[in-house]
Amino acid sequence: MTDRSTIKQMTWGEGGLVAVMAAFAVFALLIAANAHTQAYAFHAYVFSASAVAAVFAIINRYYDRPAELPAQFMDGKPNYNMGPVKFATIASMFWGIAGFTVGLLIALQLAFPVLNFDLPWTSFGRLRPLHTSAVIFAFGGNVLLATSFYVVQRTSRARLAGDLAPWFVILGYNLFIVIAGTGYLLGVTQGKEYAEPEWYADLWLTVVWVVYLLVFLLTLAKRTEPHIYVANWFYLAFIVTIAVLHLVNNAAIPVSIYSPKSYIVWSGLQDAMVQWWYGHNAVGFFLTAGFLAIMYYFIPKRAERPVYSYRLSIIHFWALIFMYIWAGPHHLHFTALPDWAQTLGMTFSIMLWMPSWGGMINGLMTLSGAWDKLRTDPVLRMLVVSVAFYGMSTFEGPLMSIKAVNSLSHYTDWTIGHVHSGALGWVGYVSFGAIYCLVPWLWNKRELFSMRLVNWHFWLSTIGIVFYICAMWVAGIMQGLMWRAYTALGFLEYSFVETTEALHPMYIIRALGGALFVAGALIMAYNLYRTIYDGEPAKAVLEPNPALASGH
Amino acid sequence: MSDTHTTSGGKTSVWTKHQVFEKNSIFLLIGILVMISIGGLVEIVPLFYLKSTIEKVEGVRPLTPLELAGRNIYVREGCYNCHSQMIRPLRDEVERYGHYSLAAESMYDHPFQWGSKRTGPDIARVGGKYSDDWHRDHLRNPRSVVPASIMPSYPWLETTALDTSHIDMDMRVLAIEGVPYTKEMIESAASDVKTQGAAEDSLTAPFLKRYPKAITRESGGVQGRLTEADALIAYLQQLGTQVDFKLYDDKANIR
Repeated sequence: MTDRSTIKQMTWGEGGLVAVMAAFAVFALLIAANAHTQAYAFHAYVFSASAVAAVFAIINRYYDRPAELPAQFMDGKPNYNMGPVKFATIASMFWGIAGFTVGLLIALQLAFPVLNFDLPWTSFGRLRPLHTSAVIFAFGGNVLLATSFYVVQRTSRARLAGDLAPWFVILGYNLFIVIAGTGYLLGVTQGKEYAEPEWYADLWLTVVWVVYLLVFLLTLAKRTEPHIYVANWFYLAFIVTIAVLHLVNNAAIPVSIYSPKSYIVWSGLQDAMVQWWYGHNAVGFFLTAGFLAIMYYFIPKRAERPVYSYRLSIIHFWALIFMYIWAGPHHLHFTALPDWAQTLGMTFSIMLWMPSWGGMINGLMTLSGAWDKLRTDPVLRMLVVSVAFYGMSTFEGPLMSIKAVNSLSHYTDWTIGHVHSGALGWVGYVSFGAIYCLVPWLWNKRELFSMRLVNWHFWLSTIGIVFYICAMWVAGIMQGLMWRAYTALGFLEYSFVETTEALHPMYIIRALGGALFVAGALIMAYNLYRTIYDGEPAKAVLEPNPALASGH
Repeated sequence: MSDTHTTSGGKTSVWTKHQVFEKNSIFLLIGILVMISIGGLVEIVPLFYLKSTIEKVEGVRPLTPLELAGRNIYVREGCYNCHSQMIRPLRDEVERYGHYSLAAESMYDHPFQWGSKRTGPDIARVGGKYSDDWHRDHLRNPRSVVPASIMPSYPWLETTALDTSHIDMDMRVLAIEGVPYTKEMIESAASDVKTQGAAEDSLTAPFLKRYPKAITRESGGVQGRLTEADALIAYLQQLGTQVDFKLYDDKANIR
């Protein structure tokens, strides 16, 4: 250590990563030269350019930095590493608006098919995966990266593990998003819902995810608090389970190293089961466990109250992760999947209602004694309403998993409405609430630029969500009933396309709801921009009462 | 803090024991892995060895190289986002679409394309329902044949030449994964593509021996080459036609 303070030299991490990235840049060029398709060559060039950029960035950073690496503690306090958190926060807003806008476009395409523009890269079939991936993995993923790196540092009272590793995770993950998204537009997909990226994007994500897990675990290992805070249990469950799901569901053999095409090793029925085991637990662990972690840190923090019940959080954590994993087969009711698996899936889906509401109660009751803040603090209101939406969609989910209900709801827009009450209401709002908290903390501002604009955001998007889910309830139930309607003579009453025509007004109302949601997000982006650039600085270095959130 | 976790009798409670997870990230990690493994293992693993999982059925064959190329276009364009290929055993579905789907009918599908949403109708048995020309018109502009359709138009499919230069490599990978492609099938892949897209000639008989009941037809093509639309139509026209339900005995396969 004493040598380091006098002679500046590259760390093993810096030198090693420069060497690996340089080799990777050359390797990617080799792939590009032999690629079977132009889309694959394009992706190889993107990988190569990114690797070259990484080499330059690491070398530049080395010349700019002092001889010594940043200290773990400064003035007796942990020297938190917030750069990667800032980047992921801004990335989440960027991808969020992009993903919501593509969602609005495809909603309009269903009402007005001329908006497909007769071009391959703007047709619904390619844009729909772009929308789902952009909102789940790009928006949601960056929110989870940002908040997990923030929360694990604050509640462990330790600097993020690794020097380049956290940056590798954040930038590597966003490179994955770019590869996946451009791939969909160019027709590169493996055709599995929510797991469309092809084998090479999957491999890259695996590398990034392993580093993410290591950074998270090693930060926990450095903690100066005796206990691992509840939020971190949920983050860890999210990171570990997503790794398992990703590896099993994407097991594939590429046609050639020079081809973007691969074939999933599973087939037919088994592939269906693996896919929905993955698909439902992408909901359970990405969109639920990860965002419950956000709830467990940001709601107590914002309300300045401790978590309602520590024991309830223990029970609901283990029950939730144990039961969620069984629920996948409810996506396959009445299909060729054997009945025993369907029944198991339904049973656990209904039981899942309990731990879900355990989590909801724990979140809502944290406001005991602070309910008055809902009137004055629109950010807290957003966080609390997100938990209410969570409660609503985790009630609706078990209901829809009952086979009799599912025979009506499956294949209809009811499912789309259900997903969006969870996605817009729960995931969207808890993320917005967390970002509204994070931005002033990270950029050391006294408060947000405008609380009135937060209010506008809240009400616009709440009305938007109500339009959206009501339209989809009506559309789904109506279409389900029309499909099974019989005339008095015993013939099917409606042709398929008659049911499509009947949905037209609902599709317009849904698009209107989506437009309001996008408008709210744009207001949010403006508010955050003004906060960062014009916000009044906080007086002291901000230390917003960590005792409340990290204590139990 | 610790006193809140012990019972009044002084015995360590379950809450105290739980601290082993709260204070050790590796125990927590192992605990999570155990909890999430059970459900998946119980639901997935038996599907690979229970004999009743997939029915024994006559007639299911691997896709021809042209149909496989068509299927890859089906996947590329994201057709599964709006069309299911899974007819449920419900009265209205069986009357609307045909016999409910069997597990065996998709056993060679890598990946499965059962779908989850019917923005358009189920197409598990669309094969043979419409003519090739209908499909060609429908792909070019769906509203020319179904005025209220909201399906996107796919005009580029009939102007883009089909690339099957690597289709034998695709078949080789599928063979490794268990699809019964023989060496002969893989070696004759390139010529089989041409044979299926051309009028009957001397190569048709051996082709039909490899792929029973496959339909050959003289396809439109562009500049003497088959188009992506030709491949996609070949794929669509075989969907749901491989099993002969006049002969199928569903009593023999009660699960």
